[in-house]
Amino acid sequence: MSRTPDPDQPLMKVEGLRRDYVQPSDFIDFLSRRIQGRGKPPPVQAVMGVDLEIFHGEVLAVVGESGCGKTTLGRMLAGIIPPTAGRVLYRGQDIAQMNAAQRREYELAVQMIFQDPFSSLNPRMRVADIIGEAPLVHGLVNRAGHDEYVCQLLQKVGLDPDYRERYPHQFSGGQRQRVGVARALALKPSIIVCDEAVAALDVSIQAQVLNLFMELRRDFDLTYVFISHNLGVVSHISDRVAIMYLGRVVELAATEEIFARANHPYTQALLKELPVLSAAKRRFEPIAGELPSPANPPSGCAFHPRCPKAMAKCREERPILQEIAPGHWSACHLNHMQDAQEIEPSGMPVAEENSQ
Amino acid sequence: MVVRNGVGAGEDLLLDVQGLKTWFYTRDGVVKAVDGVSLQLRRGEILGLVGESGSGKSVTGFSIMGLVGERGKVHADRMVFDGLDLSKVSAEQMRSLRGGRLAMIFQDPMMTLNPTLRIDTQMIEAVQAHDKVSRRAARDRALEVLRMVGIPAPEARLKVYPHHLSGGMRQRIAIAIALLNAPKLIIADEPTTALDVTIQGQILYEVQKLCREMGTALIWITHDLALVSGLADRMAVMYAGRIVESTSTESLIQQPLHPYTHGLMASIPSLGTRGEPLFQIPGSTPSLLHLPPGCPFRNRCYRADEQCEHSPQLLSVAPGHEVSCWHSGEKP
Repeated sequence: MSRTPDPDQPLMKVEGLRRDYVQPSDFIDFLSRRIQGRGKPPPVQAVMGVDLEIFHGEVLAVVGESGCGKTTLGRMLAGIIPPTAGRVLYRGQDIAQMNAAQRREYELAVQMIFQDPFSSLNPRMRVADIIGEAPLVHGLVNRAGHDEYVCQLLQKVGLDPDYRERYPHQFSGGQRQRVGVARALALKPSIIVCDEAVAALDVSIQAQVLNLFMELRRDFDLTYVFISHNLGVVSHISDRVAIMYLGRVVELAATEEIFARANHPYTQALLKELPVLSAAKRRFEPIAGELPSPANPPSGCAFHPRCPKAMAKCREERPILQEIAPGHWSACHLNHMQDAQEIEPSGMPVAEENSQ
Repeated sequence: MVVRNGVGAGEDLLLDVQGLKTWFYTRDGVVKAVDGVSLQLRRGEILGLVGESGSGKSVTGFSIMGLVGERGKVHADRMVFDGLDLSKVSAEQMRSLRGGRLAMIFQDPMMTLNPTLRIDTQMIEAVQAHDKVSRRAARDRALEVLRMVGIPAPEARLKVYPHHLSGGMRQRIAIAIALLNAPKLIIADEPTTALDVTIQGQILYEVQKLCREMGTALIWITHDLALVSGLADRMAVMYAGRIVESTSTESLIQQPLHPYTHGLMASIPSLGTRGEPLFQIPGSTPSLLHLPPGCPFRNRCYRADEQCEHSPQLLSVAPGHEVSCWHSGEKP
């Protein structure tokens, strides 16, 4: 299904990706704005310029709190929503300039698994149709082979093929998520965007689904974009981690690198909050404040109101994402201070694509 | 029911529950959501009640609070809170207890807060329901607890409606309302599950501080073993309506004896499990509707044998460490 991958060329790439949301305004709102002489409400920038490369076979985790734009980014990668500005390149080609056949190839190759297994499956469709409809429509299977194809997929994701005539409500949460995985797999994708795919599951079920993801990655040569707020899950599954804060990537590095040498104060704060099994009591030392609203972002570095190390410069100038060690990118002014002690030269290899 | 010695006998217990059974009578049959749970809590102690969805951990909390609906029948051999027999108190007494000496924090703060009332109305009401004090005094009390839970500019927060506030702020208000009448026991049902990681840390920090300073006992109900391990003095792990293991946090983390506890801990993904498949507990939680006799975990257990077709008892294996397993402590 896939061409021989070129290890140097990213499978997918986004450049300066931005997405604005405009608040829908009703008639009353329109009138009051006209009368008061106010213009249109300013758009909310959910994603404010993201550059990312996704390499063949890797698991790239996108981590952030709610409202940081990680889901919007995932949806733009999967082609569900178009970007306001910037480019999405799939195998080196801009998706905005693709012809219909190329566009279809891209859309089938990038599939998505959603957070809530209860609302992402049509309750009126049988599982066989949920999984089998798209490959039938796109001609990946014919009607005769359809049933067998669905059975194979169900087996692959660890469900009994006899369940294919059932409806989603007859399954438990973990089983439904497996149906969601089978639906994504049915189109023989090369990239799967998992949007908080295990967040709604119980610990024991979460372990099963995470193992399934890794198994499928081996069997089908998959690349994952793993969107999550849970650093524990991310540390287990991902090769590289991108930390997002208020619509921007603030740090990007290999997983070991992030956990060993987090550079950005926000990443450091997130790591400190990571719940770990401890026999002794912990003293929780949280970072103050909340994620600011993207409708009214702070000046300069978006993190400065909460940052314990904020300086005057942070309020005025936004730090740019820069490479501070091979494969380790961070957006923080501290890295450009003469006496910055935080940065240690990295002895790690450049963001290797596979640690398995 | 055997009276167990989770806490040394003769000690001053704040809460003593023995053999709690909460059964729901539905059209399809009896759902034994809680089936013989025993809990003991000292004053000022923090207990982590851990379990997956459907394990009965929330219903246990609701049963102690007297919040189980009409369909559910609560029966306990013994349910004593602060010297009061909860199974004998009248509905009126129970009502004065709730929000007074006994408070609860829910997962969704919007369940606690009335969306149509301002925060001050709700908080003053909660004070005046328990104490005959003036509006002004009640308002001062509200301000005091808002400061305690770390809310910036509490005067301004009093005048807004719940929808003006973020999720983390709402949960703080819910905690503040629970604290209004200086409760002796707070039951917190997954209070940080819906919140972001950094906000969760803030809530944990405040709760830890409050319990330390005020000597409030706390039952923290959660599915996240790692999270509560940093907070709780003791832990109780629930499965299918029963407590399968109960001990101090330290010995639970260092030496889990029940295969379910062990499985739960081993299946937590972390940096240390990278590159290897995670330990997984096969199958899923059984339906409580027609639970077969015997150990409820035996179909998912790597230690199960014929003996497990008989229900194991929760037995003390070490001082303060109770396990309900025929093969407790055996390594796989």
